[in-house]
Amino acid sequence: MDFLLSPSLMLSPSLMISLPALGRGLVYTLELAAVCLVASLLLGLVFGVMRYAGGRMLHALAIAYVEVFRNTPVLVQILWFFFALPILVNFEISAFIAAALGLSLNSGAFSAEIFRAGMQAVPKGQWEAANALGMSRARVMFRIVLPQAVRNMIPAFTNRWIELFKLTSLASVIAYPELVYSAQQISNSYFNPVEVFTLVAAIFIAIVIPASYLLRRLEARLRRSAP
Amino acid sequence: MTTDNVIEISGLRKSFGAHEVLKGIDLVVPKGKTVVLLGASGSGKSTLLRCVNFLETPTAGTVAFNGRPVGTPKGAAGERSYSDRELRVLRARIGIVFQQFNLFPHMTALENIMEGQRAVLGRSREEAAARAEDLLARVGLAGRGGAYPSHLSGGQQQRVAICRALAMDPDVMLFDEATSALDPELVGEVLRTMRSLREDGMTMLIVTHELGFAYHIADEVVFLSEGRIYEQGPPEQVMLHPKGERTRQFMLGHSEFRLPHLD
Repeated sequence: MDFLLSPSLMLSPSLMISLPALGRGLVYTLELAAVCLVASLLLGLVFGVMRYAGGRMLHALAIAYVEVFRNTPVLVQILWFFFALPILVNFEISAFIAAALGLSLNSGAFSAEIFRAGMQAVPKGQWEAANALGMSRARVMFRIVLPQAVRNMIPAFTNRWIELFKLTSLASVIAYPELVYSAQQISNSYFNPVEVFTLVAAIFIAIVIPASYLLRRLEARLRRSAP
Repeated sequence: MTTDNVIEISGLRKSFGAHEVLKGIDLVVPKGKTVVLLGASGSGKSTLLRCVNFLETPTAGTVAFNGRPVGTPKGAAGERSYSDRELRVLRARIGIVFQQFNLFPHMTALENIMEGQRAVLGRSREEAAARAEDLLARVGLAGRGGAYPSHLSGGQQQRVAICRALAMDPDVMLFDEATSALDPELVGEVLRTMRSLREDGMTMLIVTHELGFAYHIADEVVFLSEGRIYEQGPPEQVMLHPKGERTRQFMLGHSEFRLPHLD
């Protein structure tokens, strides 16, 4: 770890020059991650509920979605949306849209499974008690089952979101100028891969560790407030 | 058509797979009366109770509520189909209390009692809260509305569950072994609550293993055996002078049941 503290890294002029570009790359990374996080959460909710409580058709549809997107590499999905989809629909798709589609749909498939498992862990007696009051299915779902399920799902979602955040780096292969793509450009120009990629790794750590700490805190608070 | 029977069950059958649990039950619960179902475990009494508000869907036969048969006939074998909407309306008017309480753990006692009133009866927050407070006071839990279920004893949770059902102003209350999951010292408080309901004229259908309680509270006792009604009548007759051999064996098997035990 000595090299991290060595003057050559800290004072490297090439690294100082690179910082603004890396900063822009980080902003692109965060944008992509935020969009995919929200989209995958919504996809997960919709398909998770469909699989858990939907009729036969919806159930089958949800299974098909999960199986397709969970069992293919996310890199292939990104490349497919970027290179294959435009040919099929004859419509230009930006690197951002292609990456967001691939990552959201992939992460949404995993999230659907997290939602389903969380809801299945809610005791059957909760459904019975709510049904016995005459509540509608939707009301039971959103007032009784999901609030209880969400609490159990936070650890799984913490893992999922860490994974999703790191997977945004795959967008670099279709030249979406996020952190890793920027780092590649910089290191190609200044021949300083040690400094640049070390810094990129450090940036990921600096974001992931505090974020997962906050999510653990949130989980602990939810457990305390409404036992 | 008018009737004094809140519930009329006729020809009710229920199978789980190849196993027939209920083999043709005919039973009425008259308005203001308390009917207690007794029987060994596996005799079908809980299933029968759960068929009344369609937590279990009967395989055949009819359940009539306030004189109106639930569902519409389908097929020749006595099957019926039930719409979600019809069952929701029905269930709102039938209270049920479960062995495991089944309170909503993420809601306070008060919120538990308000939920059905708000969601199904469309009462305002203030109205629902006021009703909930009234009921809590009635079961001896005044001031505990802010507590979460996990901070209440089993007996307190069950009394909240009774309030949750009563808040819907049901025409009949079903009790499915409401005291079986309680520590012995907590059983009394729940039984007292149930008895006060009877004094208020509530119509009740009760499954219980508390025979002393059953004897005192029942207008009619129904003894089930192997999915059929084996013997029924007033408690003195069925419980003290049973005609059938199985009823006699059942009563003998419950030696803790002694009379008189009036308090």
